[in-house]
Amino acid sequence: MNDTIWTIELKIFRQRADAQRYFQTFQIEINPDEYVLDAIEKVWAFHDRSLTFRHACHHSTCGACGMLVNGIEKLTCITSIRSVTQNNGKLLIEPLRNFPVLSDLVVDTSSMFKALEEIGFNQVASLPSACLPYERKTLEHERSEYQRLVDCIECGMCISACPVSLTDSNYLGPAVLAAAHDASSQPLSNKILEIVDSRDGLWRCHNAFECSAVCPSNVEPGLRIMKMRQTVIAHRIKKLFSRG
Amino acid sequence: MNINKPSPSHLWRWFDPRDKSIGTIAFIINRLSAIGLTIYLFLHLAVLSKLVAGSQAYDDFLILAKSPAIKIGEMFVIAGGIIHGLNGIRITINSLGFLLKIQNGLLVGLMIIALAAIVYFAIRMFSGA
Ligand code: SF4
Ligand code: FES
Repeated sequence: MNDTIWTIELKIFRQRADAQRYFQTFQIEINPDEYVLDAIEKVWAFHDRSLTFRHACHHSTCGACGMLVNGIEKLTCITSIRSVTQNNGKLLIEPLRNFPVLSDLVVDTSSMFKALEEIGFNQVASLPSACLPYERKTLEHERSEYQRLVDCIECGMCISACPVSLTDSNYLGPAVLAAAHDASSQPLSNKILEIVDSRDGLWRCHNAFECSAVCPSNVEPGLRIMKMRQTVIAHRIKKLFSRG
Repeated sequence: MNINKPSPSHLWRWFDPRDKSIGTIAFIINRLSAIGLTIYLFLHLAVLSKLVAGSQAYDDFLILAKSPAIKIGEMFVIAGGIIHGLNGIRITINSLGFLLKIQNGLLVGLMIIALAAIVYFAIRMFSGA
């Protein structure tokens, strides 16, 4: 990190419960190699202690610090100031979309966590289902007795970016469907099948792939949804022929 | 009011391309072309209903249909049909789980084909060929 200091203006979304929302502007000095979350912490520490926001690990692991930075979903603890503004520039900071605002930049992501639980989301998965198909480079990658941590950090940014989640509160959303894909190592369990092969599941996605564009952890929810469609279609065809 | 909850009233934001990736641009184009084609379908049915009003009314309409404004409108219909159709092919291929890693390139490639086809039809229509 060099010694450069920039002056930037942060325009931050403020809202308490169901009260009127508004934007508040703060000027701060910051090294451009610091992160957006550092800038928000500076506002909290030196300007307004009532500002609320979520953060924990500061290294892209807990998924708590997802926000809209200049209109785009960003994990603020790994988004450098330099990458989103310039000296004397501005930053617009808003809460994630498609989750109710609890307070300022804090949104209620409990709907996502409930759905993840229902789908049987596990932080650890067998290697073939944790890796994307194009990541399986060696024979070891195909061995289901090996396990690893899955990539999803449950930040909810994919749900925030999804146009279908924007208008349909019943849609399971990309994070949950990606988790279902993770959990769907063969054979496909009836429980997962029932949840994803439904009106609010796989078939509600409209292929905007915005989820994959914003995911900070290379989960590729869009790709996983399509791969899971493939599996479900194959399952349906198999079922059709096994009946006869 | 908590404006962040998912709601059908946010539908207009489907058409806001700001800060969005190429996938959403395709999503918007598909919706706009679908709306355009649906409107055209109803106009087409309305025109066909002129047959009921007798041959003179229909002949009058045919004269009107040769006017440049209507021709430009028809060009939009052709463009909408080509773009919607080719985008639909991309969605079908992707929905079956294929070519997902190159879905952006697939879209760009198909839209270049769409542009070439639209130019071809425009030349044919406006040169009277
Ligand atoms: S899929 Fe990606 S964007 Fe969605 S919750 Fe998981 S890490 Fe976040
Ligand atoms: S603070 Fe944990 S992911 Fe950013």
